[in-house]
Amino acid sequence: MFANFAVPDFFPAAPEIFLLAMTCVILLLDLTVKSPRRTLTFALTQATLLGCALLTLFLFILRGIASQEFVANYTFSNMFVDDGLADFLKLLTYFTVMATLFYSRRYIEDRQAIPKGEYYVLALFATLGMMVMISANHFLTIYLGLELLSLALYATVALNRTSATATEAAMKYFVLGALASGMLLYGMSMLYGATHGALEIGAVAEQLRSAHEMGSVDKTALVFGLVFIVAGLAFKLGVVPFHMWLPDVYHGAPTSVTLLIAAAPKLAAFAMTVRLLVGGLLDLSADWCAMLMLLAVLSMAVGNMVAIMQTNIKRMLAYSAISHMGFMLLGLAAGVSVADKPLGLMAAYSASMFYVVTYVLTTLAAFGLVMLLAREGFESDRLDDFKGLNKRSPWFAAMMMILMLSMAGIPFFVGFFAKFAVLRAVVDSGHYWLAIAAVLFSLIGAFYYLRVIKIMYFDEPEADNAQPITACFFTKALVSANSLAVAAIGLFPNLLLGICNASLLDVLPRI
Amino acid sequence: MSYPLLSLAIWVPVAAGIIVLATGSDRNAGLARTLALAGAMLGLLVTLPLYFGFNATTADMQLEEIHAWIPNFNIRYHLGVDGISVLFVILNSFITVLVVLAGWVAIKNKVAQYNAAFLIMSGLMNGIFSALDGMLFYVFFEASLIPLYLIIGVWGGPNRVYAAIKFFLYTLLGSLLFLVALIYLFLASGSFSILVWHGLSLDASVQIWLFLAFLMAFAVKVPMFPVHTWLPDAHVEAPTGGSVVLAAIALKLGAYGFLRFSLPIAPDAAHELTWLMIALSLIAVVYIGFVALAQKDMKKLVAYSSISHMGFVTLGFFMLSSLSVEGAIVQMISHGFVSAAMFLCIGVLYDRMHSRQIADYGGVVNTMPKFAALFMLFAMANAGLPATSGFVGEFMVILSAVKFNFWIGFAAASTMIIGAAYTLWMYKRVIFGAIANEHVRALTDISRREFLILALLALCVLGMGLYPQPFTEVMHVSVENLLKHVALPKY
Repeated sequence: MFANFAVPDFFPAAPEIFLLAMTCVILLLDLTVKSPRRTLTFALTQATLLGCALLTLFLFILRGIASQEFVANYTFSNMFVDDGLADFLKLLTYFTVMATLFYSRRYIEDRQAIPKGEYYVLALFATLGMMVMISANHFLTIYLGLELLSLALYATVALNRTSATATEAAMKYFVLGALASGMLLYGMSMLYGATHGALEIGAVAEQLRSAHEMGSVDKTALVFGLVFIVAGLAFKLGVVPFHMWLPDVYHGAPTSVTLLIAAAPKLAAFAMTVRLLVGGLLDLSADWCAMLMLLAVLSMAVGNMVAIMQTNIKRMLAYSAISHMGFMLLGLAAGVSVADKPLGLMAAYSASMFYVVTYVLTTLAAFGLVMLLAREGFESDRLDDFKGLNKRSPWFAAMMMILMLSMAGIPFFVGFFAKFAVLRAVVDSGHYWLAIAAVLFSLIGAFYYLRVIKIMYFDEPEADNAQPITACFFTKALVSANSLAVAAIGLFPNLLLGICNASLLDVLPRI
Repeated sequence: MSYPLLSLAIWVPVAAGIIVLATGSDRNAGLARTLALAGAMLGLLVTLPLYFGFNATTADMQLEEIHAWIPNFNIRYHLGVDGISVLFVILNSFITVLVVLAGWVAIKNKVAQYNAAFLIMSGLMNGIFSALDGMLFYVFFEASLIPLYLIIGVWGGPNRVYAAIKFFLYTLLGSLLFLVALIYLFLASGSFSILVWHGLSLDASVQIWLFLAFLMAFAVKVPMFPVHTWLPDAHVEAPTGGSVVLAAIALKLGAYGFLRFSLPIAPDAAHELTWLMIALSLIAVVYIGFVALAQKDMKKLVAYSSISHMGFVTLGFFMLSSLSVEGAIVQMISHGFVSAAMFLCIGVLYDRMHSRQIADYGGVVNTMPKFAALFMLFAMANAGLPATSGFVGEFMVILSAVKFNFWIGFAAASTMIIGAAYTLWMYKRVIFGAIANEHVRALTDISRREFLILALLALCVLGMGLYPQPFTEVMHVSVENLLKHVALPKY
């Protein structure tokens, strides 16, 4: 049987292989690093991510040279794909993780209990998991990437061994995450049976289509499997009613870890959702579309309303994340109903993608700011810790205001255009009630974002919280640049919209 | 003229605001004030050519600027003014100068941020009045909430947080449904151009829905009964400058929206729902007038009087005759001057006494004669006395209301009595009589700066009252054209 074995083309997976090799090197090197600041580990980690970015860019350019249409490269028996979506999301993932690590550096230095080297190495493993998820073209590859990401994240949540809340959060995350993975796997196995043994995403889509054309579809097993897959995805995205882990994990984990969980994995989860539902199961869209709509409306309702009652900004942002993911799902759900209109499908999915990308950018800066204001022995994670920030630091109060207004969807900030793009798709699909529900929940959401601005601008600072910000200049500049990017993309969103459109072309081969 | 005048009108104040922000802390307060005044003057200066270069013989958009902005959604940076909007751009820039002057002494805390907020808001408001792309309009419309939210919340009175959040959420509620309507129009026409939408033919039922969505946004902003309750709160808590901009400009945005969106895009729905609009307007005019009569707080009284006057504006719009619409627009501009002046007068008193309660005053004329004289003029204008600007618009609207239906005219005309009653009664209690208490005895008359602000407004009020023609002739052709368009069914 080995006669048929051909050496696979490793080249499209070069960034992953490089990252894996470097991570192992860093893991070993870190044992010899004595400095408590772990400067070498940190620098190597960043260099590795930069190297991955260059490799990915290189692959992208090569594909461009090979053909005008940037044809996707499949390898490992079609289990792995390097296409526009993969390249773009991977590049964003690297930069998000790089920024996360920059923001986290001083925060973890100030906290003795958090092991430094392990944090960087686990972050790299998580990144590798995300990359595999993004590039996966096969049910098993998706699962592999997801587990790699999840296990690395479970461990980072528990990094602070002495903290009871962190341990509790890690346990909760692990148990619920394992359950979700199990559901996903169970759903995949149902589909595997129902599609006569197809696991590759393209093959699943092919099977479904031919069954559909022959009119011999027994949907029972398919929809049964689909429900589990959607439930698994919903767990990972953190949408209602599968959101229970999210607030506790965001709250319990050290803020640096919260950011690691809150930002980059959303990109990978989006890629996984698009590849599974759109790439593989588009013929079942009538079924999953309704599920997504329900999840979306519930998430927007619960996320926005419960966020109002939070007094901790990490918890508030957790509920805000739930509502944002709900809003993003609206775009995915809307795409199906407009599939007959020219480019309607594409516009809807690229709206969702734009939403996720800009959400990640905004969240990154928001948690970056929370960590910027934290210092040794002071977490700065209560909303009250932001009181009178405008008096203490008008510049960072303005940055936080930009982020909050963007999340609330107020123009000229990018969050507005993200909401607008999704709403456009929803109205286009004819679900007016859905659009109206979405804007009304955004209105409720606006309240708690405005409250953060109120706390920063209208309230007086607390007496015991008057110390200046101690972060280094570079971190300050990076947080500022990140926040200003939220405003700048809001003024000129066209380029990013165009990239989102273009990178989805390969996932939707049939239009 | 090849300068992009409208872009300048928008971005000069915004840029000035950012420069003022850069002066930083209150150690440089003097510099911040001077820069802000210079920026506001420059902002006014660049809008003056709009009036003098304006061609009043055509209803076409003038000084158009079209650039691609977000080609993915066919959103363009499309500016232009016609006879209806040009006056508001100038009014807004003029009021900004006064607002910066009015806060010169009273604002001692975060001076740079205060002035910057007003300048940036001024630019955004000019953007609203000159945007001809639906999404550009919306973006300016919503973005202008942010500075006003901060102005009320940071520099406002004791209950400012409640008022600021109420103001923001109320207006946001209206505008979000407006956004859905805009997206619908975009999908129906493939364009965000307001001018394309004017020519778009739509079913009667669709028009009704669109009209109601527009109504949500603009009725809150005007504000019309029964969605007016945010305004008294916002006015009472806002600092003087905030109240002035709110009354003089922000309320006009809603009314302007009716002219730019509701009437031309959904004319058949406008005809269909005339009864509703007239009924709501009359309730505002009469009922809110009586509510004003009962107020003990001067700012609240003027706030309710604003709602009542804006009722006149919407009444004028929906009688759909050229006299009534022109009267309504004149009333908008006049109200811009008069309400600004009223709030500034109350601000003058508040700066000295730190009270807005009518009961705390009495006999102010004895200690502040110059102020009393100017306040008198504005009170008369607010009551609609002939020879003041307040009379012109109200008279035009009442005249056309009587023609439209005697009883509507009768109800509308009652405002002449109610308006006079609440304004002059307040004036009497505050200004006349014996000196009420020691605080009033210690009052000093207005400074030269305050005199300058009020005198400028007095000139406008009298000038417009005696010779309104420069205002009406600019808008006449555009209004005629709008009404001709509205008269034609769209489906």
